[in-house]
Amino acid sequence: MSEITALKAGLLADIERADTLAQVEELRVGALGKSGVVTALLKTLGGMSPEERLEKGPPIQDLREGVTAAIAARKAALEEEALNARLASERLDMTLPAEAAPQGSVHPVSQVMDELAEIFADLGFAVATGPEIEDDWRNFTALNIPETHPARAMHDTFYFPDKDAEGRSMLLRTHTSPVQIRTMTTNPPPIRIIAPGRVYRSDSDATHTPMFHQIEGLVIDKGIHLGHLKWTLETFLKAFFERDDITLRLRPSYFPFTEPSVEVDVGYTIEKGQRVIGGSGDAPGGGWMEVLGSGMVHRKVIENCGLDPDEWQGFAFGTGVDRLAMLKYGMNDLRAFFDGDLRWLRHYGFSALDVPTLSGGVGA
Amino acid sequence: MKFSLSWLKEYLDTQADLETILKTLNDIGLEVEGVENPAEKLSGFKVAKVLTAVPHSQADKLQVLTVDHGDGNPLQVVCGAPNARAGLVGVFGVEGAVVPANGMVLRKAAIRGVESNGMMCSTRELELGDDHDGIIELPADAPVGAAFADYAKLDDPVIDISVTPNRQDCMGVMGIARDLAAAGLGVFKPVEVPAITGEYPCPVEIRTDDPAGCPAFYGRVIRGVKNGPSPEWMQARLKAIGQRPISALVDCTNYLMFACGRPAHAYDLAKLSGPVVARRAHEGERMTALNGKEYLLSPDMTVIADDAGVHDIAGIMGGEHSGCADDTTDVLLEIAYFTPENIARTGQALQLTSDARSRFERGVDPAFLDDALSLLTDLIQQTCGGSASEVVRAGEPPVARRNFSYDPAQTLKIAGVDLAADAQRAILEKLGFEVADDWTITVPTWRRDIDGAADIVEEVVRIHGLGNVPSTPLPRAPGVAKPTATPEQLTERRARRAAAARGLSEAINWSFISEKEAASVGGGDWMLANPISEDLKVMRPSLLPGLLSAARRNIDRGAASVRLFEIGRRYFRAEDGSSIEKLTLGIVMAGEKSPRGWQAGKARGFDAFDAKAEALALLGAAGAPVANLQMFGEAGGSYHPGQSGTLRLGPKTVLAEYGVLHPALAKAFDLGGTVVAAQLFLDAIPAKRKAGFMRAPYAPPALQAVTRDFAFLVPEALEADALARAVKGADKKSIVDARLFDLFTGAGVEAGMKSLAVEVMLQPGEKSFTEEELVAISAAVVKAAEKLGGVLRS
Repeated sequence: MSEITALKAGLLADIERADTLAQVEELRVGALGKSGVVTALLKTLGGMSPEERLEKGPPIQDLREGVTAAIAARKAALEEEALNARLASERLDMTLPAEAAPQGSVHPVSQVMDELAEIFADLGFAVATGPEIEDDWRNFTALNIPETHPARAMHDTFYFPDKDAEGRSMLLRTHTSPVQIRTMTTNPPPIRIIAPGRVYRSDSDATHTPMFHQIEGLVIDKGIHLGHLKWTLETFLKAFFERDDITLRLRPSYFPFTEPSVEVDVGYTIEKGQRVIGGSGDAPGGGWMEVLGSGMVHRKVIENCGLDPDEWQGFAFGTGVDRLAMLKYGMNDLRAFFDGDLRWLRHYGFSALDVPTLSGGVGA
Repeated sequence: MKFSLSWLKEYLDTQADLETILKTLNDIGLEVEGVENPAEKLSGFKVAKVLTAVPHSQADKLQVLTVDHGDGNPLQVVCGAPNARAGLVGVFGVEGAVVPANGMVLRKAAIRGVESNGMMCSTRELELGDDHDGIIELPADAPVGAAFADYAKLDDPVIDISVTPNRQDCMGVMGIARDLAAAGLGVFKPVEVPAITGEYPCPVEIRTDDPAGCPAFYGRVIRGVKNGPSPEWMQARLKAIGQRPISALVDCTNYLMFACGRPAHAYDLAKLSGPVVARRAHEGERMTALNGKEYLLSPDMTVIADDAGVHDIAGIMGGEHSGCADDTTDVLLEIAYFTPENIARTGQALQLTSDARSRFERGVDPAFLDDALSLLTDLIQQTCGGSASEVVRAGEPPVARRNFSYDPAQTLKIAGVDLAADAQRAILEKLGFEVADDWTITVPTWRRDIDGAADIVEEVVRIHGLGNVPSTPLPRAPGVAKPTATPEQLTERRARRAAAARGLSEAINWSFISEKEAASVGGGDWMLANPISEDLKVMRPSLLPGLLSAARRNIDRGAASVRLFEIGRRYFRAEDGSSIEKLTLGIVMAGEKSPRGWQAGKARGFDAFDAKAEALALLGAAGAPVANLQMFGEAGGSYHPGQSGTLRLGPKTVLAEYGVLHPALAKAFDLGGTVVAAQLFLDAIPAKRKAGFMRAPYAPPALQAVTRDFAFLVPEALEADALARAVKGADKKSIVDARLFDLFTGAGVEAGMKSLAVEVMLQPGEKSFTEEELVAISAAVVKAAEKLGGVLRS
C-alpha cells in the first residue's frame, strides 16, 4: 500500500515540477505508456483473484486517475502559460491606423434627381428624358415661342450651324420643356411625367453657369386645372424639404407655353445667416424666393402636339435642380457644382447608401 | 420698369399705402423687383442758412461759417466751397447724418484747428447730380430747418417692377395704374388729352413706303421752339427712375414713353431734307445712332429716311445727325406704329436694345397715335413754346379689335376658381374689355396678348387673386404607387451608386470642351456657332477630357489621389442630322492608389488592372452579363496600346474600354505619373428581360467541389484568357471554373515562353469523382492546353 502511495506522491511531484510539455509527455509515457509504471501495475490486476483485486484494485485505479488528472492539469497549465506568453508577444499598438478604403460620393445633383424621382413616383409621375441637342421647333416653336417672340431673347441660346433633316436649326436646349413636346407627340394621354436633365444658356457669372439642371413636370388629363397644379407643387415641396410649413405664393407671370402662367415663390426665414425654407415669407424676418415657373399648358402647345385642347388639358412646371439642391443642403456657389473638386464633392456629396426612399425619407 | 409713387398717383386715385400697392403689384403679376425711397438716405439733411462767413485763419481755401439749421442754435461749420457766403440757403448735414455719395458719417471734428459741426453739401455728395463745384444754393425763401427731402419733394418711393414680355401696356405708368385700379386699389384716371389745332399745314411730306414694317406714320412740325433744360418737375421724375435729363425736347419724348408706354421721336427739322419716309434700308446703308455707334443696315430693316439718308432705325434708335440739340428751333415729331416682329428681328440682328425697342417689339397700343401726338405736342409747347402744324398721317395702324365669345364657366374649368359671372365681368370691364350680354368679349387695343379663353381666365384669376385658387389633390390611382423607373434609369442609378461605393467621387463636367480637347479624343461632331468661350465649344465625344481636366485641377490643389467618375452623355450626329446621345460612365484615377503606410510601405500607383477591375465591377453592377464578356486588347487612341482593352458582348458590341491613359493624352492634360481611365457605354448594355421575380431553381450540391492545379508552358504571346477559356471548356460537365493564379517567366522557362498556372474547380454531381474520372478530366485539360501550344509542366 505504502509502496503505491509513495509512487503516486513521487509521480505527482514529478508532474508538478515538469515545466515543459515535453517533460510532461515524458512523464506520461513513463507512467501511463505501454511500459509505464502505472500501466505495469494495472496489468497485475488481470492476474489477481477477485478478492485480491477487490483489495488492491482501488489504490491502483486511484493512482492511475490521480496521475492522469495531474498530467492533464499540468498540461493545461503549461499550455495556458504558453498561450499567454504568445499573446503577450503578439501585442500590437492598436492605435496604429487601419488602412482606409477610398471614400466615394454621389453628386448632389444626382442625389436630388433621385429624390425627385422618388417623390413624384408616389404621385404617379414617371421620369422622361429627351436629347440635349434639340431642334428649334421642339425647343421654341412647338412651345408657342415664334422666332420674333421677345421670349426668345430671354433665352440666351447656344446654336449649332447644323440643320436636321427637316431643315430645323439645331441648338442646345434652353430648358427641359422640349421633353413635354416629345412626350405629348409620342405617348397618348393621360400623361404624368417629370423630365430632369442638363440645359444650357449662354450665361456665365456668379450665379449663372452655361450648363445647369432643370426638372420639368407635365400632367395632361381631363379636368386638370390650376388648383391641381397648386396642390402638386405644395405637396412636392413639402415632401422634398420634409417640412409641413412650406408656404407658397403664386404670382401671375408669362411663359409662352402656358396660359395662365404662374410663378411660384416659397417663403423662407433666415436662421443663422442661412435661408431656411418654410413659413410665410410675409412673417417678420422672412422673405419670398422664386423657385418655380408653371402654368396651364397653352392650347397651342397641346394642338402642336396633335392633341385636342378641348379634350385634354393640364399643367406644366419647371425648376432648377441645382437650385433645389442649394436650398435644401446649403451650398451657396453654383459654379462649384461643376468644378469636380474632390474636397467639395466629399463634403456636399452623398454616400452610395443614401438611396432616397419613402420609408427612410427622401433627404439625407 | 421704374416709376415713382407720385407719378403713379397721377393716374391712380388711391388711399392705399405703399405696402398694399407693392403686395397688389405682385399679386397681379407685376413683380416688384425693388423699392427705394430717396428720402431715406437724406435723413439728417436739412434746409439751412449761412449766417456769417469769415476766412479760416489757417487755410486759404477754407471759410468758417455759422449755420442756422432751424433750432435756434447756429453751428460753426468749416467749409471749402467757393460759393459759401453769408445769406446763402443750402443743404446742411447734421452730426450723425450719412453722406449718400461716400457713406461717411458726419461727426464733430477740428479742421485745421477750428471746430466744425456737420457739413454744407454739394449736389454730388447727395447723389442728386454731378455738380461738385460748390454747395447747393436753394431759393432764399426755402424754409430753414425743414427736412431737405420734404422740401425737395424727394420723399417719393421709387418702385421697380419686372414687366413680362406680354404686357406692353404696363411699360408705362398709366397702364400700371389701370391694372392696380382693376385690382381694387382705387380709381383709374387716364391721361387727359388736350385738343391741339394745327396752325399751318405740315411743311414736310411724310410717307410710308414699307406698310409691312411701318403700317402707320403720323407726324407734325413745331416751329420756333426753344430747347434747353426741361422743367424741374420733369427732370425730377426722370431722374427718380434713373433717366438722365438731356434736353427739353428729348425729355418730352422720354416722358411720354415712360408715362404712357409710347415711344416717339423728335427730329431737328433743319437737318432734314425732302420727304421723310418709312422704308426698308438699302443694302450696305449705314447710320450712326444716338449712342454714337455706327450700324450697318440691311433691306429687312425698316428705317426712317429723307433724301440725304437714314435718320432713324425705326422703333429702336434715332440717328445722331438729326437728333435735337440746344440750337434746335424747328422739330418734326414722329409717332409711328411699327410691326413688332420686324422690330424684334432688327433689334436682334443689330444687337441693339433700347427703351423704344422693348416697347415696340412687345406691340404698342395701335389706337394711341393721335392722342400720343397731341400729348407730345402739348408737352413740348408747354416747355419749349413754338407753334404746331397740322398733323400728317401716312398709313393706318392695325386698330381692329379682336373679339371672341367666352364662357365664364371656363374660369372654373381651367383655374378651378368658382367665381360668379358678374364678378368676372366687372374685372374684365375694369381692365378695358368690352363684355357683351352674350359674353362676346372685345379686347382693348392695348392688350395685344389676349387671344382666347385661357387668356381671359388668366385676367380674371390674376385680378381675383391666385391666392384664391383652391389647392386640389391630383386624382390618385388606388393602391401603392407603381414603380416608374425605366430599365435605362435603373442601370444608371445602379452604376452610379456602385461607383460611389467603390470609392469613386461623382463629378459633373461641362458637356462642351475645347476643340483641342475634342481633337485629342478623336474630334466631336457638334461645334457651337456661338460658344461662350473657346474652352466650351465642342460637344464632347468622350467623357475623358472633362474628367482629366478635373483630375488636373485636383492635383494642382494638392490632392494625392484622384478617383473621379461622371455619368453623362457623349454627343454624336446621326446621318439625318439629329442628335445621338450616348449615356456613358467615365472614370479617371490618378496619383496614389494607396498612400504610403506603416503596413504597406511605399505609396502605390494605379495600373491598368485597376481600371479593368472598375470596368468589370461597374458593368456587373449595371446589369451587364459580365460572365459572357469577351476581352479584346487596344482600347483606341486615348489609351496605352499595350495596356488597355475593351470588354465586349460578341465581337462588335463594346460595353467598356479601360486601361492606362496614353502618355501623349496625359501630357496634353498636364498629368504626370500613370493615369488610368475607363469608359462604360451604359447605352450598349442590353436590357434584361424581366420575367417575374422567380429565380431559376437551385440547391447547393451535396458534394464539395475539388480543385486541381495545372501549370503550362505556353508561347509568350498566348493570352491568359484564351488558356483559361480553353481549360474551362475541356469538360463542361465537371469544370465549373478555371482561374489563372500564376504567371512566370525567367529561370527555368525558356525564352519565348511563359508559365501560366490555372486552378481548376471541379464540381462532382451525385457521386464523388473516381480516380479514373479525375485522370480523364486532367487529360482533357492538358489536351485543351496543348491545342494552344501549351505543355504541362511536370
